Amino acid sequence: MASFETTMEAGTAMNETVKDAAASAAAVMPVGHETKISATKVSVFYGEKQALFDVSIDIPARQVMAFIGPSGCGKSTFLRCINRMNDTIDICRVTGTIAIDGADIYDPKIDPVLLRARVGMVFQKPNPFPKSIYDNIAYGPRIHGVAKAGSQMDEIVETSLRRAGLWNEVKDRLREPGTGLSGGQQQRLCIARAIAVNPDVILMDEPCSALDPIATAKVEELIDELRERYTIVIVTHSMQQAARVSQKAAFFHLGNLIEVDETERMFTNPRDQRTQDYITGRFG
Amino acid sequence: MSATSLLAIVLILSLIGYLWGRASAASLKSTGQGMHSIPAYHGYFIALSCGIPAFLLVLVWLAAQSTVIDTLLIAGLPAHITDGVETSRMSLILSEIKSIAGGRIFGTPDPALIAAAERYNALRGTASLAMVVAALAVAIAAMSFARSRVSPEFRARNRVDGILRWILIVCSILAILTTLGIILSLVIESMAFFSRVSVFDFLFGMEWSPQIAMRADQVGSSGAFGAVPVFWGTIFISAIAMFVALPVGLFSAIYLVEYADKRVRSFVKPLLEILAGIPTIVYGFFAILTVAPFIRDLGTSMGLSVASNSALAAGGVMGIMLIPFISSFADDAISAVPQSMRDGAYALGATKAETVRQVLLPAALPGIVGGVLLAVSRAIGETMIVVMAAGLMAKLTANPLEGVTTVTVQIVTLLIGDTEFDSPKTLAAFGLGLVLFITTLALNIVALQVVKRYRERYE
Repeated sequence: MASFETTMEAGTAMNETVKDAAASAAAVMPVGHETKISATKVSVFYGEKQALFDVSIDIPARQVMAFIGPSGCGKSTFLRCINRMNDTIDICRVTGTIAIDGADIYDPKIDPVLLRARVGMVFQKPNPFPKSIYDNIAYGPRIHGVAKAGSQMDEIVETSLRRAGLWNEVKDRLREPGTGLSGGQQQRLCIARAIAVNPDVILMDEPCSALDPIATAKVEELIDELRERYTIVIVTHSMQQAARVSQKAAFFHLGNLIEVDETERMFTNPRDQRTQDYITGRFG
Repeated sequence: MSATSLLAIVLILSLIGYLWGRASAASLKSTGQGMHSIPAYHGYFIALSCGIPAFLLVLVWLAAQSTVIDTLLIAGLPAHITDGVETSRMSLILSEIKSIAGGRIFGTPDPALIAAAERYNALRGTASLAMVVAALAVAIAAMSFARSRVSPEFRARNRVDGILRWILIVCSILAILTTLGIILSLVIESMAFFSRVSVFDFLFGMEWSPQIAMRADQVGSSGAFGAVPVFWGTIFISAIAMFVALPVGLFSAIYLVEYADKRVRSFVKPLLEILAGIPTIVYGFFAILTVAPFIRDLGTSMGLSVASNSALAAGGVMGIMLIPFISSFADDAISAVPQSMRDGAYALGATKAETVRQVLLPAALPGIVGGVLLAVSRAIGETMIVVMAAGLMAKLTANPLEGVTTVTVQIVTLLIGDTEFDSPKTLAAFGLGLVLFITTLALNIVALQVVKRYRERYE
């Protein structure tokens, strides 16, 4: 497996890997056993207030890991540590280490801008740019110099939209604004936008909470397909969703990581009382 | 009794009406009856019904009084004075009568005029007494009528609301009517101008020289009214101003919104807004005493000839004046772009500059454009800086080191000094004013439309 750092340096060659990255990677690796992301004693402070306490967790490659827990438990905060989005908040401070493919992403040598090209993110509310569908997808590849306009870019746009299951719905109106799509389509557009820069990891922060059940089902189906190629971490409030899409689950409570396990086992046989209370709906 | 003291009395009567109404309603209430409105509203109702009719009566009376008295005076003058006299002469006679009535007598006036002056004084005395009586009668009658309506069922609260609504409506109509009046006076004077100088010559003529010769041998006073060089001056100076204000204002806004931390922002933003509070005449001083000599010296040292009233000095200082304007509009527009747009761009690995350039600015563009258009319309209408720092000669030049003149400067100079309001020279000011008004109005409408469309976008 290509190390995290080499893929980052290979920025300009990224486009070539768009199509066959998954194929070659899948050939090298058995599905979802080694650790992709490894966090050790991660704590997060907002000013004086500590929001996350010594979280250590290993996230396996090419699986879906669900973060569950009541509101304000720190699961989104932890998610935003993985692509250093917390850096954009002035008062936020992170301690501990998070390693992706063995390289610490909080190492001063790591450029958070390049890191975010390798760790994509999808947000709670669909946030397409007020640009055309095409330009929304092309934005990432363009800023990273992956492809100039032309057939190469057309190919990336098509591949990304196909992977996001949106191609057939939008192929005839690529020049129309992305904001004109329905909520579910917008969210899949945002997923396609994240895929277009060919990340290793996709973080999803409650990606379905603003969607109706039908759009939610489509996005969940998509998440299940994407796990062949990408490591996915999803924050969700819906226990059913966690059960449907994830292979592993982590339960957060009051800024602490309480329990990590196979999703099935956690939902049938939780080890911690608080986990049991939460998944049976006693609080949260 | 003067109108002021009369109005004061009406005010006091209203106050009494309020206390009276409140007291009577309160005593009704204390007998245990269920009142529709609380006592204070009965008080307000009486105060308003007492004060408003009396106030309106005084206003109308004052407006009509002088006309009525003048008519009565003229009607009473003997035939040898009024016969065959035209209106302008009649107004002279009237003012003579009034000055006699005021005790300022010049020479030996016609005895008929002295008699008229006495009659005038008498009429005025009667009129003012009648006004006092009428106003007080109306006030007291209205007060007692309103008092008679105080009852448990009377909906004083709703009535007061209704009256207040009408007061608000009248106020807004007044503002609109005033605007219409201003436009109308501008249009009427402009029509007078365009009846002497053709619209075509004015709008497309290349020579501007509004002085009209008083003597045949006077030099340079051909009286040409081709306004193109004047319009050009305005456009040129505004363009220089925007050239300064747009980048500085926009970039400072970007810095303040996206880069500056809270402490810097809370310090720099008010500082920038101080610029907006400086009177334009102070900018004028700055332009003419500091910037213009500086540019001239700099130009001379580089071997360029620079006019002391260069377009660059006037436009540059005007640009500085507009910086806070553009900056605050751009600031609002960029701040209004949702945080999710920034998150989306950062999450794709965009740098801060890329996010600003490719996501925030395009999303904020309509708001910024609206602000820029408003700034342009201010630059076009700006007067004091250019009166002080721009030239007077209408020159068609694209060299910023030469002096040009602007529409506003010309309006000021045309109307200063000895003016008669029926010569093309002074009337030309109204022609220029009309063009200026139409231009800025159009710009404002477009700008507000743009800003409005943009606002609908994220709400």
